[in-house]
Amino acid sequence: MAFWDNFFKKKSDSASNAVNRIKFVLQSDRSGLPPETLEKIKNDIISVLSKYVDIDTKELDFNITKAPSEGGELTPALCANIPIKGVKRASSNDKVSKE
Amino acid sequence: MGEVIVVTSGKGGVGKTTTTANVGTGLAKLDKKVVLIDTDIGLRNLDVVMGLENRIVYNLVDVIEGNCKIKQALIKDKRYPTLYLLPSAQTRDKSAVKPEEMKQLCEQLKGEFDYIIIDCPAGIEQGFENAVAGADRALVVTTPEVSAVRDADRIIGLLEAHEMKKTDLIVNRIRMDMVKTGDMMSSDDVVEILAINLIGIVPDDEGIIVATNNGEPLVGNDSKAGQAYMNICKRIIGEEIPFLDLNAKKGLFKRIFGRK
Repeated sequence: MAFWDNFFKKKSDSASNAVNRIKFVLQSDRSGLPPETLEKIKNDIISVLSKYVDIDTKELDFNITKAPSEGGELTPALCANIPIKGVKRASSNDKVSKE
Repeated sequence: MGEVIVVTSGKGGVGKTTTTANVGTGLAKLDKKVVLIDTDIGLRNLDVVMGLENRIVYNLVDVIEGNCKIKQALIKDKRYPTLYLLPSAQTRDKSAVKPEEMKQLCEQLKGEFDYIIIDCPAGIEQGFENAVAGADRALVVTTPEVSAVRDADRIIGLLEAHEMKKTDLIVNRIRMDMVKTGDMMSSDDVVEILAINLIGIVPDDEGIIVATNNGEPLVGNDSKAGQAYMNICKRIIGEEIPFLDLNAKKGLFKRIFGRK
C-alpha cells in the first residue's frame, strides 16, 4: 500500500490544528480570561443546558468575539451556538426551537 | 487631500517593509503621487528594499527636529518620478519622535501627495504609536501561522482602540501546495479568525528575495506575487478586482518533472 500512498498522499491536518489552537488562544487573549476559566464556563453552560435538552457537543461552537456595545465600542462578547438534538422534558407551553 | 495608510502587523518578519515597498511602488505605477515613510527608527530597512540606500542625506528625525525641510529629506525613486521615500534614522531610537509630531508631519504631506504609506515597526510600543498616529487607514499584514495571526489580532484590537477608520487584511506568503495538503491555514481560515476585510492574498514567491537583493520591488511584473501586489494597489484606489487564482495549473512538463 505504500506505493499507492505516494500517489494519494494522506491529507495531514496540522492546518486545522492551527485553526483550533489559534481560536482558543484568541478567546483567552480577547476576553482577558485564563483558558481554564473559559473551559469551566463552557462546561458549566453545557451541564446547565443538559438538564433540559440533549446537546450536540460535537457541533458545539463556543467563542469569545468582539461585538459592538451600546456606545458603539467593541467589547468582548460570548457567542455560543449550541445545537439541540432533542428536548428532554419540554412542557406543553415552552417550545425549545432549534437554531 | 491625500490618504495616510499605515502598514502594520505586530509580529516582525511577516513582510511589512516588502508590502510597503510594493504597495507604494504599485500606486506610483498607477500614476499616484506617493511618499513612503520608514518609522522603524534605529532599524532602517525600507531604503535598502527600495534600492535607495546610497541617496540618504537627511531622515525622519532630522525633519521632526527641524534640522532640514521636509523636501530636503525626501528621496526621489530611481524608476518612478511620483514616488518618494522619507527614510528613518539609523542612529537614534523610537523616543526621538512623538505621535503628535508624526500627526503633524502626515497632515503636511497630505497636501502634497495622494498616498502617504507608513512602514510601522514590529511591536506595540512607541514605534507603533508613532506610526498609527496620523494614519487614516491600516493594512494589517499577517502570514498563515499561529504566531503571526495572534499578533495580528492584537494589532487589530489596538487599531480599533485608536479609532482607525478602515482596517484591511493582507495574508502574505501563502503556499497553496501546503494549503491543499492541509498543512497551512488558508486565507479563508485567517479571515474567519480575524474577522476583518481581506484586501489581498500574496503567495510565497522566491521572486521577492531576488527583488530585495536587487532593491527593486516586483509589483506589477507577471509573477503571482507581482500581480497580487498590483491588485492590492487597485483595490486601495477603489477598483473592484477579483482575487487571483493561486491554484492555476502548472504546465504538463512542470507537473511531471517539477516540484510536487
